[in-house]
Amino acid sequence: MPKLTIDDLKKLKEKSKKATALRDGETTVKVTVHMGTCGIAAGAREVMDALLEELSESGRDDIRVVNSGCMGMCSSEPNVTVEIVGKEPVVYQHMDQNKMRQVFRRHVLHGEVQSDFALARMP
Amino acid sequence: MSTFRTEILLCTGTGCKMTGADEVKAVLESEIKRHGLEREIRIVETGCNGFCAQGPLAVVQPEGIFYQKLRPEDIPFLVEEHFLKGRPVEKFFYKEQADAETIPVMSDIPFYSRQKLIVLKNRGVIDPERIDEYIARDGYEGAGKALLEMTPEEIVGEIKKSGLRGRGGGGFPTGLKWEFARKSEGEIKYVLCNADEGDPGAFMDRSVLEADPHAVLEGMIIAAKAVGAHQGYIYCRAEYPLALKRLDIAIRQARGYGLLGENILGSGFDFDLDVYRGAGAFVCGEETALMHSIEGKRGMPRPRPPFPAHQGLWKKPTVLNNVETYANVPQIIIKGGDWYAGIGTETSKGTKVFALTGDVYNIGLVEVPMGTTLREIIYDIGGGIPGKRKFKAVQLGGPSGGCVPESRLDTPVDYESIAKVGAIMGSGGMIVMNERTCMVDMARFFMDFIQDESCGKCTPCREGTKRMLEILEKITRGKGEPGDIEALEKLCAFVSDAALCGLGKTGPNPVLSTLRYFRDEYNAHIHEKRCPAKRCPELLKFEVNTELCRKCGICFKNCPMGAIRWQKKQPAYIDKSICIKCMSCIMSCPFDAID
Repeated sequence: MPKLTIDDLKKLKEKSKKATALRDGETTVKVTVHMGTCGIAAGAREVMDALLEELSESGRDDIRVVNSGCMGMCSSEPNVTVEIVGKEPVVYQHMDQNKMRQVFRRHVLHGEVQSDFALARMP
Repeated sequence: MSTFRTEILLCTGTGCKMTGADEVKAVLESEIKRHGLEREIRIVETGCNGFCAQGPLAVVQPEGIFYQKLRPEDIPFLVEEHFLKGRPVEKFFYKEQADAETIPVMSDIPFYSRQKLIVLKNRGVIDPERIDEYIARDGYEGAGKALLEMTPEEIVGEIKKSGLRGRGGGGFPTGLKWEFARKSEGEIKYVLCNADEGDPGAFMDRSVLEADPHAVLEGMIIAAKAVGAHQGYIYCRAEYPLALKRLDIAIRQARGYGLLGENILGSGFDFDLDVYRGAGAFVCGEETALMHSIEGKRGMPRPRPPFPAHQGLWKKPTVLNNVETYANVPQIIIKGGDWYAGIGTETSKGTKVFALTGDVYNIGLVEVPMGTTLREIIYDIGGGIPGKRKFKAVQLGGPSGGCVPESRLDTPVDYESIAKVGAIMGSGGMIVMNERTCMVDMARFFMDFIQDESCGKCTPCREGTKRMLEILEKITRGKGEPGDIEALEKLCAFVSDAALCGLGKTGPNPVLSTLRYFRDEYNAHIHEKRCPAKRCPELLKFEVNTELCRKCGICFKNCPMGAIRWQKKQPAYIDKSICIKCMSCIMSCPFDAID
């Protein structure tokens, strides 16, 4: 028996592709957590933790999570922006871990904007 | 499997390691930990990214932000700003020129955007010490196809169709070479890889091995199937410790997956390979000398025929190709010979990797389609000549090659066009020289190298190169006489005709090509006792030209002997009784005011 068959090689490729998708994989959704000093003070780190956990569980390799600086609306932090390719970005405000999980499962995965938490559609 | 939001692709090729990539990595790790980001951010060590002069380098994904010249003390700030707060740090971005705007994203930097990557497609993208990352980018798919779906004839046919030619410098059609070895009778055959890169200034093969070792292994597996070999050797010089380390890891991992060894991928085909460490002799890059060296004998060439395809290593049929040649093979098998033949020129297909170095703004590793002009490589990718200097010549092919002057810069890179202007494609060394390079001195440098590396087996090379070196040394010391040029020409012709192997046959090339384009410089040395480029100390006066001197005092500050007298608003003066002609003043003067 060979150690690795051609089918094993293909499976291995799919698995490794997911693990390295950040480098050149396709992006369909970008989730930005705004992590200025204000955002971090208001709990953006916990929001990020929840987001990454959800992302791991989803097994999707086409979703990018990035952090960025303060948007200028410090009073509504933590802010999270969800951009699905081809659609307008949506900014969420006063996020916490539970809201983040809900936004990820409903909006990021299924495209249903959670208007209750939304600050605005970005122009 | 945990998911990371950011990957830092930190270049840990030899170039970046030299400038401190390991220290940068250590601080990165501790800072990421200090901010509690270790589950969000992953550091990936990659092979040479190519832009060696700007190292240590890092590319941050998914944004593709390119950071250059990172120092350990910068890292705490960078981690806090970018990785914690999401604000990319502009001061580590790339700038095209000192006063130009910064370019944050790697793919926008002209050095990268103008290249076409086939051989280097995985450089700076994968961790070369993890086979899974190679597999993620189509790795071993070519081997799978060749072993399970193709006959040896089909593999050879595909390589022939691609038009791939030997990237070590000779340019012999690879498919033809494989066909000869395939048709050669014999139970035992060998597949060898020449990684004995010896040209001064060349680092293409080292970078490929460091950044993507599996591509070379895969190319060799395919070659083995094509010719019917079951054992291979990679001949790599011991001076490449990182390349050797990554090769060893790659071979171990490939064996672990059964991609080397018996019954590869269930195809019933067996192939394994070992690394042979060379001691770094230039002549061992010559194929017959290389084989002698693997056999445990002194690395000396022998006359051909018999060619290695019939009688090579241990007198068995052998295929020997260069690192870069093998690294092309897997993709030719996956995408087909026609795809590859669609790139390049009439006679030279595909791409070529060059080690761009010398007096050029962007030093590094570049891969371009055949047919790209030298001017595009030097000016568009290389960013031109730094420090307001003028271009003088570009040296191609190392000690076996020649130089190309300004008037021939629009020559496209392909084997025939480069040969026509008096140089060779060579293995890919490309040394750019500005007006301050003395061409006689450059010819002397290469002749010194060849003379030193001559194995001594045949008289024309052993004696001829020695005599040529003597004449060149005489000229650069101001003792040149009428008739020296003619004597050089005669010796050049004799050595290239009569020497046994390529080393001797091509050794006179640097002299011939400088004589062809810069004969007046030889004449100035011999007849006027003058070095126009101001590089030969014995021909310089070490006097300050008071008309050109701007009284800046830089020469005064650089003189290690205290031989220069200078005061503010006064021109400098060199006391020749103290001066040791070390050239410090001439090299540092911004106004060329010292003769």
